[in-house]
Amino acid sequence: MPDKKRTVRVPIGPQHPALKEPESFMVDLQGEKISSVALRLGYNHRGIEKGCEERTYMQDLYLVERVCGICSHSHATAFIQAVEEIAGLEIPRRAKYIRTLIAELERVHSHLLWLGVAGHEIGFDTLLMYSWRDRELVMDLFAELTGNRVNYAMNTLGGVRRDIAAEQVPHIQKIVDALEERTKYYIELAMTEETLAQRLSGVGYLSKEDAIRLGAVGPTSRASGADRDTRRDDPYAAYDELDFKVITDDHCDVFGRTVVRLGELMQSYSMIRQILKQMPEGPIAVKAPLKIPAGEAVSRYEAPRGEDVHYVRANGTDRPERVKVRAPTLANTQSVAKMLEDGYLADLPIVVAAIDPCFSCTDRTIAVQGNGDSKTMGWEELVRYGVRWYRDRGVDPSRIKVRGDGLA
Amino acid sequence: MNVARKMVRWGQRKSPWILHFNTGACNACDIEIIAALTPRFDLERFGVLLKGTPRHCDIMACSGPVTRQIESRLVRIYEQVPEPKLVVAVGSCATSGGVFSGLYNVKGGIDQVIPVAAYIPGCPASPQAIIDGFAKLLKTLEEGK
Ligand code: SF4
Repeated sequence: MPDKKRTVRVPIGPQHPALKEPESFMVDLQGEKISSVALRLGYNHRGIEKGCEERTYMQDLYLVERVCGICSHSHATAFIQAVEEIAGLEIPRRAKYIRTLIAELERVHSHLLWLGVAGHEIGFDTLLMYSWRDRELVMDLFAELTGNRVNYAMNTLGGVRRDIAAEQVPHIQKIVDALEERTKYYIELAMTEETLAQRLSGVGYLSKEDAIRLGAVGPTSRASGADRDTRRDDPYAAYDELDFKVITDDHCDVFGRTVVRLGELMQSYSMIRQILKQMPEGPIAVKAPLKIPAGEAVSRYEAPRGEDVHYVRANGTDRPERVKVRAPTLANTQSVAKMLEDGYLADLPIVVAAIDPCFSCTDRTIAVQGNGDSKTMGWEELVRYGVRWYRDRGVDPSRIKVRGDGLA
Repeated sequence: MNVARKMVRWGQRKSPWILHFNTGACNACDIEIIAALTPRFDLERFGVLLKGTPRHCDIMACSGPVTRQIESRLVRIYEQVPEPKLVVAVGSCATSGGVFSGLYNVKGGIDQVIPVAAYIPGCPASPQAIIDGFAKLLKTLEEGK
């Protein structure tokens, strides 16, 4: 039985306004070690599912796109796939390819974003600046192809809204080539840089059994050796016509999650090339009815963070009767609690960031001491604490030199 | 205006420190705020620095509609910011509730709860728009309005 007096309880959260599933961790500390983690979900929500019932299918498309601004195409596609299944709509092949193209570009921007955020959490801000600079290339592409940098509104009931012109193809190819060069360099950096290996190896361990038992999804599960990927297991859009590898790794730690995401970037580039090469000619949308016949459907989609599930029930009107969204971060939160156990408080930021929970907002941590004194600690403060903790032990990622190039 | 106050005003104009606060946004506006601070757009050339705590900041950049749970927290954070303080509403949701207006858990724009000095529209507000908004705000400070 641990000494009650020496256990310090640290509530983290509950605010994660950015997420559809905000989370709160109640962390018990023995010294600097985390002895147990309790998890609470469901704090901040806007009521999107209920809102969907009051809006038409077309309006819902815009609403679900804004469940998360990072994987907006994921939610929109998962939702629209379910509606199309109920309505019995078969969308044109070209539309499927365009959806897949946007999906893979989204994965690229999301993983690059993650790389930067992960760098920031370990005090490696140079990486943040470089990877976000590279990411701007993808954002340019989105602006060019869809008209918006985020929340692209590319989908419509029965297909997609915009076509990809032949003149745009070489430009996409050029950007993919440039990004591939950069990603190769980041892989080399991750593989050879001693400091990164020291900082990330063994941190946030999640065994394969636990990953499966706790229902981890996406790169979090694949980095623990659980070979699951909706794109291959239950292909949607044009994935059944593409040739790609599901990247797995058996490090089971934050290092492994980095390796998997970098590997997935390379797969995405290859998929984008295949899409550009194989994209069939033809219409981009079919005519869709306003009223959807009664029925229900579940749609699965491999978002950058893992499997996203949407359920839609229609009742014959122009509005759905029920919409349910299961975002990937929700599936991963249980695993985070497991990963944190027996780790150090200093590792908390990177372990939480490693599941990529859209961690962009300034969270607040309140440290309540055993004697009733309470102390407020911001997320940034916690990050700085972690960075300092490791620097005192000789691990300082901020000293790593990153090579630039003529991009930007 | 006494000397100390003038100094503070001057500092605020030349190098405003901002606090980014997400009041229930979809994350896109937040990412665009960060993007505006990274090399391509580099908001820092106007002296704008991102800070992690309300007690250090001059300007609060709020994104997202105000949800019912965040409301009291937003007021609390606002009260912690030292005077003279300004609030910028980034994105359509922060301006008016945007796409989320009418949802049962959403109160509406930031100005439903705290006073707002500048509105930056867009869904999401692009980094260019954010820079423009900040530049205009700093200009009005310059003119002493
Ligand atoms: S304005 Fe649009 S992009 Fe910004 S937080 Fe609101 S819904 Fe998201």
